[in-house]
Amino acid sequence: MAEALMKYDEAIANFDPVLGLEVHVELGTNTKMFCGCSTVFGAEPNTQVCPVCLGLPGALPALNRIGVESAIRIGLALNCEIATWCRFARKNYFYPDMPKNFQTSQYDEPIAFEGYLDVDIDTDEGPKTFRVPIERAHMEEDTGKNLHMGGATGRIHGADYSLVDYNRAGIPLIEIVTKPVEGTGKYAPEVAKAYVSALREILRGLGVSDVKMEQGSLRCDVNLSLRETPESKLGTRSETKNVNSLRSVERAVRYEVMRHAARLTAGERIVQETRHWHEDTGISTSGRSKEDAEDYRYFPEPDLMPIAPSREWVEELRANLPENPAVRRTRLTAAWNISDLEMQNLMNAGVLELVEAAVSAGMNPDAARKWYTGELARVANERGVEVEELGVTHVELSRIEALISEGALNDKLARQVLDGLIAGEGDVDSIVAGRGLAVVSDDGPLIEAIDAALAADPAVVETIKSGKLAAAGSVVGAVMKATRGQADAARVRELLFERLGVSE
Amino acid sequence: MTAISREEVAHLAHLARINIADDQLEHFAKQLDAILDAVAQVSQVDTADVPAMSHPIPMTNVFREDIPVASLAPGAALAGAPAVEDSRFRVPRILDEE
Repeated sequence: MAEALMKYDEAIANFDPVLGLEVHVELGTNTKMFCGCSTVFGAEPNTQVCPVCLGLPGALPALNRIGVESAIRIGLALNCEIATWCRFARKNYFYPDMPKNFQTSQYDEPIAFEGYLDVDIDTDEGPKTFRVPIERAHMEEDTGKNLHMGGATGRIHGADYSLVDYNRAGIPLIEIVTKPVEGTGKYAPEVAKAYVSALREILRGLGVSDVKMEQGSLRCDVNLSLRETPESKLGTRSETKNVNSLRSVERAVRYEVMRHAARLTAGERIVQETRHWHEDTGISTSGRSKEDAEDYRYFPEPDLMPIAPSREWVEELRANLPENPAVRRTRLTAAWNISDLEMQNLMNAGVLELVEAAVSAGMNPDAARKWYTGELARVANERGVEVEELGVTHVELSRIEALISEGALNDKLARQVLDGLIAGEGDVDSIVAGRGLAVVSDDGPLIEAIDAALAADPAVVETIKSGKLAAAGSVVGAVMKATRGQADAARVRELLFERLGVSE
Repeated sequence: MTAISREEVAHLAHLARINIADDQLEHFAKQLDAILDAVAQVSQVDTADVPAMSHPIPMTNVFREDIPVASLAPGAALAGAPAVEDSRFRVPRILDEE
């Protein structure tokens, strides 16, 4: 059922929005947080489970070192303090996707707290940096996956029963919670989106997660409340779950602003509840009303020892953090002498790391960009995979570039070499040999082909001689065709003019 | 003297997913009162100088390396399930939540 909405501009004119964002990120560890079960995505249901993650009686958890290390690194990258001592806690509730009947989480002792993330947004007054305060980042575990069966819509409402796969239960999660984000005004949707986007970039840079929103390895809950003025006390918030794309983050904030404003203006109360975002229709619907924290009956997890990261460990992790993505972008944009738009293209194509690796291995930045955002991005896009997954390394690209500058390959042949690389036909040189792709460098066969092309189109000879050099294009094209792309087009042009006694 | 209300008993029962009939609420409220009173005697001890303790053994940072070990054999996890469909645990539909 659709609810009343107020126009966004009108809502913002009357109310001050306050945002809160909760992001859950699934870590890319080899094993689960508290047991050695594999975390590989896509396995047969209930094959990556053991007594610990199934909550069988007597099973005892054992903490994954890399899970803790990743949590600390995330905290440091988000400018957080790292706890000197903290514990896990049991969050008790019943739900079939959680076989232990409690989630092992952290309560009032998060491993990381009091941080911030600066994000850039475009405003009417130009680009502006906005500081999003971070309350905490804590460790917990994922739940199993429910499949709701039967019923008219396949959704939970009207479902006849559910099927549960526990492969995901126990996979390490880091929950990152902002403080109330105030002062965004009308830019609340943009700030929310920019925050999730920047966070994703940082997490990817840390290499702690594949941060795929569509696969659920990064999930976002949007909290929103309105108040009459920035001086008023905070209003009642709604929490919108299932916001699974950057675009949805922006839309969900906008939607909730409009919905809250309509309710408040009509004199109705905002119910503190969990809402469910619907990507397809762009609306949220009411879910369960929130249980209070005390209903979860948190208590310290007795089966896991406290964590007391030594300052030496923390400082070592800090020293080895990757460069902040925003700083790095600025640096590379300058070093490669490219525009902000060209940098954006690299980011959008997801090839910045690849290009950087290629350049630091000695490849020319322009050449590296050309290959990664051009041919490779095109093929990857066609196949619906990431450029990385094509498995073409910069070593091979450098070799192709070298052959091009020697004149042994032209662009067209180079693309064929690339096809061979992607098809796994071997390294560059063996593909060149195997496919017979070398540029015809001997003038003899080229002259023969030129003569044949001229004989087939005698009129073109006079046209070119009369000074219309553009007509040479069709002759060059015919020669390229005759040599199956293996001629050097520039050399063909030279030879053609030589034979006709024309100078360029 | 604590005083657990009927409403609190009903709420606890709901959280624990236990059905308690209305006419039993009073009965359990009294029992819970007695239990809480008994436990409350601990608060008579002077604990001003005693730090709260959740773990009796003074150990920290007990970690496992991130190396996969074999999971249960396929089917073993499901062997004890009351109902199975498509290699998944089949459970009754869940109402009013999520």
